[in-house]
Amino acid sequence: MTTLITAQVPPPVAKRRSYGRYAGGKVLGALGSLFFALVANFLLFRVLPGDPARTLGRNRFRTEEQLENFRHTYGLDQSMPEQFLTFLKNTFTGELGISLRYRVPVSDLIADRIWPTLLLVGTSTLLAMLIGVYLGIISGWNRGKKVDTASQSTTLTLYSMPEWWLGLLLIAALAVGIGPFTGIFPTGGLHSTDVEPGTFGYVVDTAWHLTLPVITLTLAYLAEFSLIMRSSILDELGEDYLVTARAKGLRDVEVRNKHAVRNALLPTTTLVVLNIGFVVSGAITIETVFSIPGLGLLSSEALDIPDFWVLQGTFLVATAAVIFANLVVNLLYGLIDPRVRT
Amino acid sequence: MTAPLTQRQIARGRRRAARRRNWLIFRTHRSGVVGLVVLSLFILVALLAPLLVPHDTIEVTKATGGILEPPSSEYWLGTDQTGRSVLALCIWGARISLLVGLLATAISIVIGTLIGLMSGFFEGWPARFLYRFTEWFLVLPFLLLALVMSAVLGRSLAIIILVIGVTSWPSTALLIRSQTLSVKERPFLERARALGAGRWHQMTRHILPNVMPMVFANTTLTVSIAILTETTLAFLGLGDPTRVSWGSMLEDAFDVGAMTTGAWWYIIPPGLCVVAVVLSFNLVGQALEETVNPRLRGR
Repeated sequence: MTTLITAQVPPPVAKRRSYGRYAGGKVLGALGSLFFALVANFLLFRVLPGDPARTLGRNRFRTEEQLENFRHTYGLDQSMPEQFLTFLKNTFTGELGISLRYRVPVSDLIADRIWPTLLLVGTSTLLAMLIGVYLGIISGWNRGKKVDTASQSTTLTLYSMPEWWLGLLLIAALAVGIGPFTGIFPTGGLHSTDVEPGTFGYVVDTAWHLTLPVITLTLAYLAEFSLIMRSSILDELGEDYLVTARAKGLRDVEVRNKHAVRNALLPTTTLVVLNIGFVVSGAITIETVFSIPGLGLLSSEALDIPDFWVLQGTFLVATAAVIFANLVVNLLYGLIDPRVRT
Repeated sequence: MTAPLTQRQIARGRRRAARRRNWLIFRTHRSGVVGLVVLSLFILVALLAPLLVPHDTIEVTKATGGILEPPSSEYWLGTDQTGRSVLALCIWGARISLLVGLLATAISIVIGTLIGLMSGFFEGWPARFLYRFTEWFLVLPFLLLALVMSAVLGRSLAIIILVIGVTSWPSTALLIRSQTLSVKERPFLERARALGAGRWHQMTRHILPNVMPMVFANTTLTVSIAILTETTLAFLGLGDPTRVSWGSMLEDAFDVGAMTTGAWWYIIPPGLCVVAVVLSFNLVGQALEETVNPRLRGR
């Protein structure tokens, strides 16, 4: 408890830790998060549904013997702690169970489906970052002017929109066509059936199929980038170093790009890397709407059955991605900005 | 002669003055006021839904229109695949969307405020544990967690509210924590401690009233996220099958392929409703944030 006497003494400056110790702490923290994610994953699928043998079997088992058999196959006849240990062992050896729908190992499914998702979300994040950050800079630098108002209202509207609804509208307008305008893009899927894999035409065909989903996700993501970038630029506007830069006689563009933007980019960097972690979540609805065979579509299809092992697998991949991205942000931040290491 | 004011009356008067001051600041944000007006309209429509259109009109068995009829003088926004009026569905959908949004936010704010207050106020391992716990929850992919929970638990309105509530609190908790940490060190709390105030008294009487405006501004932003999540869950087929919400309308529209058959009146209205309500909540939240946080003023 702080007493009156110590309150008058200025607090000692906290000693800055070495980068090694800082990094070590962050890695330990990430491992803790990972363990928590595993526990959550285990509890979510073992404890919440009641008797998994009945839920998972969807009442397909008539006899008690079949139930027993099912329980034994999935290790449900063991005690909770035993099940948890088995779960840990299986997860670390990459055994995520067998999909009830596809009858193939979940790890194979994930390995197969992760590429379309990475392609889709990676491209969109990159585009959204470039456009969003640029919009944010222009908007913040010209605060209160027409360009700021226009950009603010557009991004805020995009931010308030379910991204899949935007996707539906784009399909209706650009893939199906309105009135005399016929659609120019496919309504869904990743490839046409008649294109040979590995050829140049295949690449063009994939790009053509991905155009609309990428536009949708880019629009959905850029709002957040732009809003964050704008407010970080606003934070820098009143700083003395900008006055100095102007006093030196630099042109406005130089002051903006060489001084303000450099400092304002830091919070946005965090957001970018964190967003990469949310790859799977972002893809669920868009992949459903455009029927792109990625992790998102895999998860939303699994909801119907429900295919618990698939859900558990994608949930695990998604969480691990976020934790990893978080760790990367923290490690980078410690290098770029030593102040956070206190 | 007026009797001298009691302490309580003074406090109440001061609070009233503060409210009036804040309202004057809020009023200067035109977009916030517009948001407030739009929101009031939607809430009014939601409350008056049974008077505006009888519940019969949205029952599949009592539908009167044709299948996917375009807008006409009788059905202003056309009909759906069972012949129900899309306008009536939108009006009744407002009830579910707003209800889920507000109740889920209430749950999320209560959990977030409690955990944030405690992790900011306590010291030592309980604070560290609560902070870690918040961080752990923060990295679980929010939408996927909500999806999995509602897939596992079943499909009803109460479960959807609960799921959104218990998955969306961590950001509120972090905000409250940082506010609590800064309020905790202020001199008036030292005075309270010196006078022998207990932890509970300090938290409820001194810290909570000071972080409350922040909570309030955050609430409106949380509601918009909750409404978007409800819409997305319903769209993915995890909504309450017995109720009509904007999300479930869009799910039906998607399932009957409304965007390929050109039934735009089935896709655009429910989506526009979502955008209007969520945008209004965001605008009001932004204006409130600027009202209670002087650092942001003049932006």
